Amino acid sequence: MNNSSSSGKTERILIAGFGGQGALTAGQIIALLHMGRGLNVTWMPSYGAEMRGGTANCSVIVSDGIIGSPTVSTNADVLIALNTPSLDKFEPIVAPGGTIIANTSIIKRGTTRTDVKFIGVDATNIAVALGNLKIANMVAMGTYLNLHPEFNDSDFEKVLNDRFGEKGKALIPLNMEAMKKGRV
Amino acid sequence: MKTLMKGNEAISQAAIVAGCKAFFGYPITPQNEIPEYMSAAMVNAGRVFVQAESEVAAINMIYGGAAAGVRVMTSSSSPGIALKQEGISYLAAAKLPCVIVSVMRCGPGLGGILPSQSDYFQVVKGGGNGDYYTPVYAPNSVQESVDLTIKAFDIADKYRTPVFVVVDGTLGQMMEPVEFKPVTPYQIDVDSFATNGQSGKRGYRNMVNSLNLSAIGLEKSNFELKATYDEIRKNEAMYESSVKDGDEIALVAYGVPSRIALNAVKALNDKGVKAGLIRPITLWPFPDEAFKLPASVKIVLVCELSMGQMIDDVRLALNGSVPAHFYGRTGGVIFEPEELVDAAIKVVGGGK
Repeated sequence: MNNSSSSGKTERILIAGFGGQGALTAGQIIALLHMGRGLNVTWMPSYGAEMRGGTANCSVIVSDGIIGSPTVSTNADVLIALNTPSLDKFEPIVAPGGTIIANTSIIKRGTTRTDVKFIGVDATNIAVALGNLKIANMVAMGTYLNLHPEFNDSDFEKVLNDRFGEKGKALIPLNMEAMKKGRV
Repeated sequence: MKTLMKGNEAISQAAIVAGCKAFFGYPITPQNEIPEYMSAAMVNAGRVFVQAESEVAAINMIYGGAAAGVRVMTSSSSPGIALKQEGISYLAAAKLPCVIVSVMRCGPGLGGILPSQSDYFQVVKGGGNGDYYTPVYAPNSVQESVDLTIKAFDIADKYRTPVFVVVDGTLGQMMEPVEFKPVTPYQIDVDSFATNGQSGKRGYRNMVNSLNLSAIGLEKSNFELKATYDEIRKNEAMYESSVKDGDEIALVAYGVPSRIALNAVKALNDKGVKAGLIRPITLWPFPDEAFKLPASVKIVLVCELSMGQMIDDVRLALNGSVPAHFYGRTGGVIFEPEELVDAAIKVVGGGK
């Protein structure tokens, strides 16, 4: 959290990966989590040709004040990079003192920045071991939650229930397991 | 109870809450979530949803629905709105209420699918023929998109006119928490104009038409429209302004860019450049009132995702009192707060 936005405490998060890695869904879950605490939130996807394959990313801003621009193109407090092109592209916009969460199953380098915190998580491999490649985003979400001890597992489960509804109910235990693997 | 919704979905739900009885549309990015949402929600609510064969067909179905005396809405994006302009002129001439949503994308021509405000002229100045205006609401958040869509239906009924809700692609696609409150719709006297069937009780014929071959008759109709537009100008202009005495520069922006400008104004004030922000909420009628500025304001900077369109109306409102400068990006590029800060510092002439 920093004080860079129009007022109050603000966290600016950018989540990026290949299309299909669940970057946009992860962003919505982060937004819903903070919304549950009564904060203002915005979620803004990249949209356009990149949605049909290639990279996908979304900006999430949470704040106890008014949120101005909904796009995180500078001063990201948190970057969740699910693949290497995302780290390459967005590493420079992380604010000094910010955090990079990197999917080290795919990303085979650290950060070149000396002024940010780098947290690796073996997200894709953990997801595959759990039997579903698609839940790598949930593992990374667990790692994100390490930055936010105010959220407990049941907060996360409630958001998953809200987000996925009846249709996704059967998959929630698996998603919870993935999140917990990332949160340790 | 707040829910997290995309702007496009929220506008759709707002129309349902407002009592929209029929939706006619045709797909185009970046507004596709609207017809997608309506295709299920309208049918579930027992109302009418038609994916027309073209934009031209959709706007003429709107004419039919409005003439029958029910609340109707269509949505499109810039090139699709271009195709609807003839129908919008007919709707204005026939004094038919309806709501038209434009989720603006970049042009000209087929252009691109990314966000833009390069269709200010299209909705504010009208692309159809004849002397007509349409009220235009330009929200800057998902909640305001809901509130103004609901209001647009009331204004359409109250003044019997087509009304626009315009957002750029960003607002259509972004998600924010929204709340839907119960609505009491404006009560329009449908029997006074609609071709809704006499059923043996009305005792007079209603005719909906835009053709009038009598010079005196058509002029009278134009005077009536003018009187309506004067009323709208007098009553319905909306804006927000943080400009106060002591400010040296006023930034002007609408829609999502006004939020970027808000960050810029904060950064300018932190740097010791006294700045305020004027945000037109109605683009027509244009909020001229907002441009009666304190004497301390020496300069205005208009920030748009276009090559400069609203600036014309800002200049008319300023009427030469202070100079208006422009900063814009287009083609789908969205300016950063830092760009606006730099542009503002440049025009106030300082390395403060």
